[in-house]
Amino acid sequence: MNPQVEVQLIAVVIAAACALPGVFLVLRRMAMLSDAISHTVLLGIVLGYLISNSLASPLLFIGAIAMGVITVWLVELVSGSGLVREDAAIGLVFPALFSLAVLLISRYAGNVHLDTDSVLLGELAFAPFDRVSFLGLDLPRALVTGAGALSLNFILLFLFYKELKLATFDPALAATLGFTPTLIHYGLMTSVSLTAVTAFDAVGSILVIALMVAPPATAYLLTDRLPRLIGLSVAIGALDAIAGYWIARLFDVSIAGAMATMTGFSFLLAWLFAPRRGIVAQALQHRNRREHFALQMLTLHLLNHEGSGDASIECHPRHLIEELRWQPAFAGAIVRRAEQRGLVRQQGDILCLTEQGRAFARDL
Amino acid sequence: MELFTDYTLRNVTLGSMLLGAISGLLGCFAVLRRQALLGDAMSHAALPGIALAFLLTGQRNTLTLLIGAAIAALAAALWLLAIVRATRIKDDAALAFILAIFFGFGLVLLSHLQRHPNAAQAGLKSFLFGQAAALVERDLWAMLAIGGPALALVLFFWPQIKLISFDPDFAHSLGLPVRRFEILLTGVMVAAIVIGLQTVGVVLMSAMLIAPAVAARQWTHRLETMALLAGGFGALAAFIGAWISTLGEGMATGPVIVLTMSVLTALSLLIAPERGLLWRRFRLVRNRWSEDAA
Repeated sequence: MNPQVEVQLIAVVIAAACALPGVFLVLRRMAMLSDAISHTVLLGIVLGYLISNSLASPLLFIGAIAMGVITVWLVELVSGSGLVREDAAIGLVFPALFSLAVLLISRYAGNVHLDTDSVLLGELAFAPFDRVSFLGLDLPRALVTGAGALSLNFILLFLFYKELKLATFDPALAATLGFTPTLIHYGLMTSVSLTAVTAFDAVGSILVIALMVAPPATAYLLTDRLPRLIGLSVAIGALDAIAGYWIARLFDVSIAGAMATMTGFSFLLAWLFAPRRGIVAQALQHRNRREHFALQMLTLHLLNHEGSGDASIECHPRHLIEELRWQPAFAGAIVRRAEQRGLVRQQGDILCLTEQGRAFARDL
Repeated sequence: MELFTDYTLRNVTLGSMLLGAISGLLGCFAVLRRQALLGDAMSHAALPGIALAFLLTGQRNTLTLLIGAAIAALAAALWLLAIVRATRIKDDAALAFILAIFFGFGLVLLSHLQRHPNAAQAGLKSFLFGQAAALVERDLWAMLAIGGPALALVLFFWPQIKLISFDPDFAHSLGLPVRRFEILLTGVMVAAIVIGLQTVGVVLMSAMLIAPAVAARQWTHRLETMALLAGGFGALAAFIGAWISTLGEGMATGPVIVLTMSVLTALSLLIAPERGLLWRRFRLVRNRWSEDAA
């Protein structure tokens, strides 16, 4: 495989791995924990490095996952004390741990391949150079670890789908039925940490947040069903990753940054053009409702005065402007629309209902 | 007192204390109004504003860059508000989304600037984690120009802002233009964030809004005392942090300041009279003891 294809493959795999736990973070209103975790895993990596003195040690990986879970636990500890609200607790805990990590790097690990820039940005472009052999194949390390995280997340989702679903949408019922919410919560958080650590190396902490939150948020505008939400999130994340890669190549800019920007762009697109919840769809719906209501007003008005003595006045188009307080342009448009739909007919000066128009008015 | 006589050190000292005091004081409202994480999102969102301001004007003038940062942070806050109002996406997801998107876009712009090198762009990267040692006198004036009016506005509308922070519904029933004051407070928060960007950096600036206020809250029940204490804590932490960071080579100022502030906050949470965790434990033990004695 050439490096270009490999980079895109890595990005797609990581996007998919992030989207799976991301859906539940968004649904459970814990999206900001992804912000906290994706920053603090760095402290776990640094501590693992300082203890083992090697960048290849599994201690880095384990330390990072543990630190993610510890972050969540600390946030709950601080907010559980009743002294600080949860949002402020998140805002207290992760900057402290992240600062510690950044300082430890600049003091004790600045000379090795650990620097604060790649922490935020990641260096996806270099990922294909770090290779391992897996199942007899020579593959980029990030692809293997990313695929590992993706499969693990997928298996966990498959095994605990029912529990997660229930605990997300009806936590009280889930607790009554004997699922332990704490266990599900920490299970999810472990999965988030694991994914963040895996993705972190290649794409940096900011893109981890973008890939965990933006595709599920986008998909949430498009569907109401959980399975579709998950599928769409994965697909959107993967598309954003590929689009971001090509944008970055085209303009010669940061790959991770471009991918994050693309996740924002696809959210905007969905927000504008989503079938039912999109801005355009809502505006159209609003216009249709307005027109429908106006047609009903018009036909009812005509029905009331049909055949009565003042019909020649009441049913004159000009009178509508006064009686119904419509703008002249609007009244004209509505009358034309009613004629098009065969609800009214112009007879000389006045408007007459057709049979269809009478039925339409009585339908109200 | 070399800290106040040496030119560089004086700028560092005064600059960081100014930043700590203003952000600490103004951060109280963010914490009381449960908008702590809005500060985080807005401070990350300032990055593309800095880069765009530089791209458009080609100058590394502090005030220009900070105004760019403020506009980007405000745009982020508005977009966030629109998402929360118009869609069913909740505030936590909207915050994380805005934060990542704006910051990602900022990184795109920064990487673009780096690949088209230009002597003036050197140092834009220090906005990530802050570099207090690079503060010059002009920067202090820029900080004052932004922070001063914000502070004055807050002092002028103090009673109204106080009421809105604690009971917006009651304020509304009294006929106060709550929405306008909320916009004002968001603007004030942006000002507080922006003045810290050079010293603390976009990544960690939110901590300077949140931590001093949380620490101060533990020591008092009065807003006035809390605001003054928060300003004091912020200034103290920023001063100690900036000073430490000038000692070591390559130590970004932001993390040192934030870590210092975190220690102060942790201590406050533990030992503050009445509310502190250790204090409460101590009182429990003492009460048990006196019960046993009786």
